[in-house]
Amino acid sequence: MDFLELVSYINSNFVKNFVPVEEEALEDHIDCPADRWRLLAEFLRNDENLEFDSMMCITGVDYGGEEGNLGVIYNLFSMSHQHKLEVRVTVPKSKPVIPTVEDIWRIADWFEREVFDMFGIEFDGHRDLRRLLLPEDWEGYPLRKDYEFPETYHGIQINKVKEGWE
Amino acid sequence: MGIVHGEEMVLNIGPQHPSTHGVLRMKVRTDGEILTQITPIIGYLHRCFEKHCENVTYQQCLPYTDRCDYIASMNNNFGYAVAVERLMGIEVPEKVEYIRIIVAELNRIASHQLAIGTFGLDVGAFTPFLYCFRDRERILDLFEMLCGSRLLYNYIWVGGLSHDLPAGFVEKVYEFIDYFEPNIQEYNDILTFNKIFIERTADVGVLPEDVAISYGVTGPNLRGSGVKWDLRRHDPYSVYDKLDFDIPVGTGAMGTVGDCWDRYYVRIREMEESAKIIRQALDQMPVEGDIREAVPKRVRPPKGSIYVRTESPRGELGYYIISDGKPKPFRLHMRSPALTALSVIDEIGRGWMLSDVLAILGSLDIVLGEIDR
Repeated sequence: MDFLELVSYINSNFVKNFVPVEEEALEDHIDCPADRWRLLAEFLRNDENLEFDSMMCITGVDYGGEEGNLGVIYNLFSMSHQHKLEVRVTVPKSKPVIPTVEDIWRIADWFEREVFDMFGIEFDGHRDLRRLLLPEDWEGYPLRKDYEFPETYHGIQINKVKEGWE
Repeated sequence: MGIVHGEEMVLNIGPQHPSTHGVLRMKVRTDGEILTQITPIIGYLHRCFEKHCENVTYQQCLPYTDRCDYIASMNNNFGYAVAVERLMGIEVPEKVEYIRIIVAELNRIASHQLAIGTFGLDVGAFTPFLYCFRDRERILDLFEMLCGSRLLYNYIWVGGLSHDLPAGFVEKVYEFIDYFEPNIQEYNDILTFNKIFIERTADVGVLPEDVAISYGVTGPNLRGSGVKWDLRRHDPYSVYDKLDFDIPVGTGAMGTVGDCWDRYYVRIREMEESAKIIRQALDQMPVEGDIREAVPKRVRPPKGSIYVRTESPRGELGYYIISDGKPKPFRLHMRSPALTALSVIDEIGRGWMLSDVLAILGSLDIVLGEIDR
């Protein structure tokens, strides 16, 4: 199925008009509210005509700007049907909580930990949500746009990054 | 005599350990010699790849991608260049595409040689390692001739290449392929069909198909589990669709489908296929062509985002790039194939003895530079 077929399939079989279709505005991804993501994920994984069995990639994003939204982008792929889908979930920075899908796709375990590590997005229901790459006692979430570099780490001076380095 | 009751012990393997292929620490829970839980602890090589990339221009990101998977830098450059080109809509001259494929496949052979050589080391066979490195050295010499560096090339640029092929390079590659192809038989004689090696690897660490897909395991590890899946064929990029090659899969010839031996043998077969691809690409490559023709003066992709995946020697190497129309990427995420391969170690390594788990780790062929980024 190509993207538009996927959208109409989801709209007719999951929740009616789940993906608002405005022909021009529609890019190649679908947006999903955080509270519906878990249901949608189960549907995408288990529906026999979709069967997205492979989670290719989970990317965390800090959209920055005034609203300060954080987002998670899920790239799904179906090995049996050979189609892909991008789902974006956006949450406010003040309450960054997204339901986990770690038990649906096992790789989401580490991918979600990485997003938590770098963006501080909490995955509700994740069984082992720890930092993945950074040390456990690291403070802050480095890939957020408003992250400020610490001056010391365990008493070790951290050199300032030169401005205008291009 | 009564039963001896032992208690569980927690052991640390690494971060400095010859079998961890880098700086990996594994916290293992052992019951006698049997491992009941394996917790990989990663991040010792974390160099803030993604944060750096947000602060430099698109071209300046390229050397960082070299340093992620330092065993297969060409393939990392390749994936990144393809991603930015698709985002900008750049068409690359045909000659460039063929050169890219030649160097990428040469690098794949070099990477697999390291993988099978060190896998031999992990299970106690020292000699094959020397044979592999003898041949790998020739590939590195070719790369040195091509762009001056032996490990971190920064060769494939956005829209082109850094250097044209030097005089005599094509002949040298032909010469290398002629020399290399019979040598694969040597690896087979010395390691693949060695009785001790088979005993150590067959039926060990079986990775079933559905587990592999759920854990996002890709590349030779997935093919070792019997899944005929190769992005060069199934999601083609560059000119791979014009080339003819087989996709080797694990068949369970020595034990069960998806065991360590299968994963290892897929790599041996893949080297044959890569040699085949290189030969075809050399034959089909157009002689004329300006390699810098499509190199943009300023890389400034339009607003938008893209996820592009390519087949690196370790599997699906993906780049997620979000552009806001500025000269620096708004967000650049790298999907590391070695990370997904490592995450499965607890699932397939449980219940095996310590030395078997090191064999499983070797068969997954991880590179820590790419896992930690």
